[in-house]
Amino acid sequence: MTTALAAAPPRHPHDDLLRTERIPHIWCSGCGIGIVFGSLMAAITKSGLARQDVAVVSGIGCTGRMAGYIRLDSFHTTHGRAIPFATGLKLARPQGKVIVASGDGDLLAIGGNHFIHAARRNMDLTVICVNNFNYGMTGGQLAPSTPFGAKTTTTPQGNPDEPFNFCALAAACGASYVARWTALHIRRLTNTILEAINHKGFSFVEIVAPCPTAFGRRNKIRGALDLLKFYYDRSVVKNHLAPGEATIDFDHNLVVGKFVEFDRPTFLDHYQMVNRGEVEAWPATGVDASAAGQRKAG
Amino acid sequence: MPGKAVLTGTHFMNGDEACCEGALAAGCRFFGGYPITPATEVAERMSKRLPQVGGVFIQMEDEIASMAAILGASWGGQKSMTSTSGPGFSLMMENIGLGLCTETPCVICNVQRAGPSTGLPTLVGQGDMMQARWGSHGPYEIIALCPASPQEMFDFTIQAFNLSEQFRLPVLIMADEVVGHMNERVVIPPADQITVIDRAKPNVPPAEYLPYHPGPDGVAPMANFGDGYFMHVTGLTHDERGYPTMTPAAQVEMTDRIVGKIRNNLDRILDYETLFLDDAQVAVVAYGISARSARGAVLTAREAGLKAGLVKLNVAWPFPEDFIRELSGRVKTMIMPEINLGQMVLELERLAQGRCAVRLVAHPGGTIISPRRIVEAIRQALEERP
Repeated sequence: MTTALAAAPPRHPHDDLLRTERIPHIWCSGCGIGIVFGSLMAAITKSGLARQDVAVVSGIGCTGRMAGYIRLDSFHTTHGRAIPFATGLKLARPQGKVIVASGDGDLLAIGGNHFIHAARRNMDLTVICVNNFNYGMTGGQLAPSTPFGAKTTTTPQGNPDEPFNFCALAAACGASYVARWTALHIRRLTNTILEAINHKGFSFVEIVAPCPTAFGRRNKIRGALDLLKFYYDRSVVKNHLAPGEATIDFDHNLVVGKFVEFDRPTFLDHYQMVNRGEVEAWPATGVDASAAGQRKAG
Repeated sequence: MPGKAVLTGTHFMNGDEACCEGALAAGCRFFGGYPITPATEVAERMSKRLPQVGGVFIQMEDEIASMAAILGASWGGQKSMTSTSGPGFSLMMENIGLGLCTETPCVICNVQRAGPSTGLPTLVGQGDMMQARWGSHGPYEIIALCPASPQEMFDFTIQAFNLSEQFRLPVLIMADEVVGHMNERVVIPPADQITVIDRAKPNVPPAEYLPYHPGPDGVAPMANFGDGYFMHVTGLTHDERGYPTMTPAAQVEMTDRIVGKIRNNLDRILDYETLFLDDAQVAVVAYGISARSARGAVLTAREAGLKAGLVKLNVAWPFPEDFIRELSGRVKTMIMPEINLGQMVLELERLAQGRCAVRLVAHPGGTIISPRRIVEAIRQALEERP
C-alpha cells in the first residue's frame, strides 16, 4: 500500500490540460503569466466544453508560450498575428471555441490592426491579454502599455510615449465583452475568463501582471510579490464603468472590473444573414429617386 | 443562393475568374484576402461564389492578416487560399514562412504587376519570381506554378491545391496581369473527371500521433482542429511531436524534412512542356505569359528555317535542374524572355555552367515581350560564333 502510494506521481488538478512533459516552463519565478494560465485552465475545465472543441492560439512572447503548454489543439503563430490566424481557424470550424492568449506587445503593438478589426467584426474569439507593461521575453523593451516615464531597455531615460488603454480601445472598436483584473484577483479572473469563453462574440480580458525580472527591476520594484501587491493595492473595482474612464492610474485608480457585456451578432451571424438575403440593402430608409431626379433635371 | 462548385461547361472568362473556379473545383472553401490590382477579380468572384457552395469569404484588414487567416482556416480543416500582387505578396512573406515551417497546406495566387514598390499597378510584370523562391527567411523549398492562359489558371489552381495537400505546404500560383485579365475560352470538365487530392489524415490513436513524423513520401499526416489529436503547432524549430526544440540538431532534422519532401519528390512536382527540342540549336525557356510570346517566336523561327525549340515551365519552382543541365549540353544557346531584368535566367546560367550560351530577353514591366524580340534573339544566337 505504502509502496503503491509512493510510486504514483503527484497530480495537479490541471494536469489533464497540461503538456506535463514540457514542464518546467520557461517563465521566470514571480511572473504573473502562470497565475493567468492557471485561471485559464480552471475556466476551460469549468466551461464543460469538450476538449477537442477548444483551441488556443497565441503570438510571440512570454504569454505566447501558453499555447505550447496546454494540451489542446494549440497554435503558436507569428508575432502579432494570433488574431487573424484564430479568425481563419474559427471561420473554418465555427463549432469550435477559439481562445487567443498573448501579451500586450504582441496583441496591441504589432498586432494592433488585427485587434481593432476583429473587435469591429465582433469575431467570436476570446482574447486573453497578459499586460506586463513591457516586452519581457526580449529583456524588457518599450511596449504600447509601458507607463509614461517608466524605464525600459529602449527608454533608458524614461518612456516619452503615452500608453494605450486597451479596454477603452477594445470597447471603442466594438468588443462585446471587456474586462480587466490584476493577477492577484484570481477568483474573479477565473470567473471572468469563464464568462468570456461562454460569451458569443469578441470578448477581451486584460490582466495586469507582474514582470519582476524585466520591468520591475528597472523601475525599483524588484520583488515579485511587491510588484503583484503594488498593482493590487492601487486597483479599484468599478464594474460597468464607461471603458474610457477605466484608467490604469498607478497613483490611486487602477480600475478593474467588467466594463462591457452585451449581445450583438458576430461576423459569422451577419455573414450568414446577408447571404440568406435577410439584411435590408443600404441605406435602409431608401432613396427618394424622384427628388434626386428633379434636382438633376433642374 | 446555392450554386455548383464545379461549373462544368465551356466559358469565356478571364484568368482571375478561372483561378476561382479552379479553386472551388479543387475543394477550396475559405478565402481570406485584401483587394489589390490586378488580383482583385479573384477576391470579387470568390466573395460571390463561396457562399453559394457553403464556404466563407472574408476581406481581411491587410495581406498579413489574409495570409494568417488562410493558415488558420487550413488547420480548421478547410482548403483555403488568398490572392494578391507584388506589394501584398511582400507583406505575406513572414506568414508564408510560418506555413512552410508548420507544413500547412494552402494556396496563394500572385497576379504579378510591374514593380518595385507600387510600380505599374495595372500593367504586367514577372518581377516576383525570386521573391517567390527566397522571399521568406530561412531554408525552405517552395512550389510555384506559372499559368500562361485562363485555361491554365483553372487547371493549375487545381494542381496547386493538390500539391499543397499532398506535400503540406503553401503553394504559389505565379500568374501575371495579362493572364489574369485576358478573357479566353475556359473548359471546365465534369466534376468526376477532375482529380482532387486531400491531405492524408492520421490513422493512429491520438496518444501515438506524432504530427511531424513523416510518412514514406516524407510527408506527415495532418490532423485538424477538432479531430481530438491535441497537436501543438509552432513556427519555432520543433521536433516530431511539434514541440519547440532549441537545438541545432532539431533545426537540421526539421529543415531536412521540409526541404526533403520537395527535393525527393521532384518526379511528382516538376512540370514542363517542350516543342521542337530534338534538333534545336537554340532553346527558348519561358514561363507564364512570356511562354506564349516564346511559343509564337519559336513557330516563326521554324517557319524561317531556324532551329529553335521551346521549354515552357509550368512549374517554375522547384526548377527542373537535371533537365536544364542536360539541355545545356546539347544546344548552342538558351534564351529566357521574362518581364523583369533577369531573375529566372540566373537559374539557366547556374545550370549551364558555360556548356552553352545563356541570353536574356528582358523588359522591366508594363508590357509583354513581343515574339519579334525573341525571334531576333534566336537569330542572333545562331549567328554568334561559339
